[in-house]
Amino acid sequence: MNAETVRLWLDDRIGIGSIAAVARKKEIPVHRHSIWYYFGGMTLFLFSVQVGTGILLLLYYRPSAETAFESVQFIVTEVKFGWLIRSVHSWSANLMIATLFIHMFSVFFMKAYRRPREMTWVSGVLLLFLAVGFGFSGYLLPWNKLAFFATKVGTEIAGVIPLVGRPMLRFLRGGEDVTGATLTRFFGFHVAVLPAITTAIIGAHLMLVQMHGMSVPPGVDNEKVKRMKFIPNFLLRDLIGWVLAIGALAALAALFPWELGEKADAFASAPAGIRPEWYFLFMFQTLKFIPAKILFFDGEVVGILAFGLGGLMLFILPFLDKPDKPRRKTVITVIGVIVVIYIVVLTIIGYLG
Amino acid sequence: METTPVNQKNIAAASTRSRFRALKLVPLFALLLFATVSAQKKNSCVECHSQMEGALSEPVRLSKGDVHDARGLSCVDCHRGDSTKDDMAAAMDRRKGFVGKPKPSELPAFCGRCHSNAEFMKIFNPRLRVDQEREYSTSVHGKLLKSGDQNVATCVSCHGNHGVRAINDPLSKVYALNVAETCGSCHGNREYMKNYNIPNDQFDKYKTSVHAKALYDKQDLSAPTCNDCHGNHGAAPPGLASVANVCGQCHVRQATLFQSNPHKTVFGLMKVGECIQCHSNHGIMPPSDEMLGVGEKSACTQCHGDGDSGFAAAQRMKTSMDEMVASIGRSNDILNRAERAGMEVSKAKFELNEARDALTQARVTVHTFSPDELDKVLGPGLATSNKGYAAGGDALAELSFRRKGLAGSLFFILLLAGLIYLKVREVEKRQALRGQ
Repeated sequence: MNAETVRLWLDDRIGIGSIAAVARKKEIPVHRHSIWYYFGGMTLFLFSVQVGTGILLLLYYRPSAETAFESVQFIVTEVKFGWLIRSVHSWSANLMIATLFIHMFSVFFMKAYRRPREMTWVSGVLLLFLAVGFGFSGYLLPWNKLAFFATKVGTEIAGVIPLVGRPMLRFLRGGEDVTGATLTRFFGFHVAVLPAITTAIIGAHLMLVQMHGMSVPPGVDNEKVKRMKFIPNFLLRDLIGWVLAIGALAALAALFPWELGEKADAFASAPAGIRPEWYFLFMFQTLKFIPAKILFFDGEVVGILAFGLGGLMLFILPFLDKPDKPRRKTVITVIGVIVVIYIVVLTIIGYLG
Repeated sequence: METTPVNQKNIAAASTRSRFRALKLVPLFALLLFATVSAQKKNSCVECHSQMEGALSEPVRLSKGDVHDARGLSCVDCHRGDSTKDDMAAAMDRRKGFVGKPKPSELPAFCGRCHSNAEFMKIFNPRLRVDQEREYSTSVHGKLLKSGDQNVATCVSCHGNHGVRAINDPLSKVYALNVAETCGSCHGNREYMKNYNIPNDQFDKYKTSVHAKALYDKQDLSAPTCNDCHGNHGAAPPGLASVANVCGQCHVRQATLFQSNPHKTVFGLMKVGECIQCHSNHGIMPPSDEMLGVGEKSACTQCHGDGDSGFAAAQRMKTSMDEMVASIGRSNDILNRAERAGMEVSKAKFELNEARDALTQARVTVHTFSPDELDKVLGPGLATSNKGYAAGGDALAELSFRRKGLAGSLFFILLLAGLIYLKVREVEKRQALRGQ
């Protein structure tokens, strides 16, 4: 049985020929901003790494307050190459969030969310929220001191949202405090709920990308722009990036293994300089800077509602930006630049502080 | 029962009421009534003495914050007389029992009139001891006072007179942090102590001691000060045979081991003070392993010389201890090195605590003065420490393996990336030739 026989067999049954035809037909615009096209694929690749390493970690991880820390300790000290899998999982999670941010802002500034790609953007923003949810839920799973208190602070922040805050806090924690019950449900979110939703939305996101093709930024002439084939030209270039990403992950895991820290202790005092993961830091730092009272309102509540509103604006962005209103386009671009600078500066301040 | 000096009417009322034990709230009512009545009553003592100058106004000034004043007791409760009278002679009428300034020899009984009366003291604090006067009579101070020495410490020397404060009040002269200074005010005064033929450097020595460091620097109020070893009201130097019992109040295990080894008997025969012989008394330094063995700072060589079995035992114990200390240090170093390199060694580091515990236990077991007993404790600790060292070595070996593995992997990864790049170029060249 040769390859052609297999192809024909599959074509008969699942129509692989038509899929291949679509893939062959797919083209990528080549212009001075083409580099940003690679970040979507890189994010998807890092997500695949997360799924692979996550499944391997699941073989040994035990999700309870009594066993979680010890099981991760066992993974990194006793299991053959367990240290590598755990470190790659942690580093890859962070790199994935980073590439996701880059991907999102590149789409933002290249106005790729405009008609007819509104739903591609909306599904992408949902994926960003899900990725952040993965980060927040996964951070607690090693059940170490830092994660314990960061989760405590994080869920407390969620708890101050008017009306829904307290019920949400109790739902997230599985009670009034961060306990073993919180760990168990975070584990459930991390390995079942979020992956199921994410897989479905990634499927929809990719389908929409294929359906609408790659967007050409406003400054580039769509008619005259050069194009390259997705297969093999773009895919091979993607592959180079993925291979290099594997190298970067291996180097980070070997040279800077992800720390395990000390086991969580609810009765211990919170460690000094407690702060969340870097991608939450700009929000955390903002809440620290906000005065206790703004007019008659609680400063923290105002801050959280402002971030909520920011998230909503991001979500409905395609419906705010109209190509026939150039003034609005400029305002949105300026706001985008300010937001990027704000995130970078506040994150740096958070780290230095 | 001896009559108390306190207002007779109130005392009688208090005594009568206390008989009705079933009525548990009665003492409280009595106290409240007593305090209210005293507060409202005219007090000509205060009226006159507050107008006076110098020492005669001091009692009024000092009584603010005095523990007796705070509980509603007044001048006449100690000094008697009649404070309702404006006339000085009537107020301080000796026929009414007035006592001005009691002589030192009168003071124990003067204070003891209330403080030795269990029934009366119960009104204020049921847990308060009432044997101070009796204890005082057994103290060196009490005995000397009885023999006619009016310079020795009495109640007021330590507690003050009109400014008496509760012992847990930081302003009290007998608050834990102030005791040594209070005792030292007499015992450190060379001129004052010249007739007693005892050293007067105790306070100076104490200030350099490990106990003083714990008390003053760490503010550990449980750290021993003068009264913890000498007693307070019954203050006396511990006898030679009871030193270990005194130190053993806190250092229980050391004292127990010492009591059951031959040094106890020998020290008794030599008439040297048990623990003191090696650790000294007021200026006790933090013990170190150097006190063991036959080196310059050895306590053993005070009695043992080269050639005797004690000398050899001291040498052996010191060698074992040094080996243990060095082993823990080595293991700790290698584990720290591995940890700094990012290796996960927290379990091994935690287990090394068992070796540290063994070392602590060995430092106590030294009081058996038996090398075999010491080795029994050190053996498992040494094994744990060696295990920690091996874990550190394994972690560093693993680190080296990872780095070599990374170098090899990166070579193949970069090679693969390079090959794909060449493939891209080849494909694009072919496409250009085909005009695609």
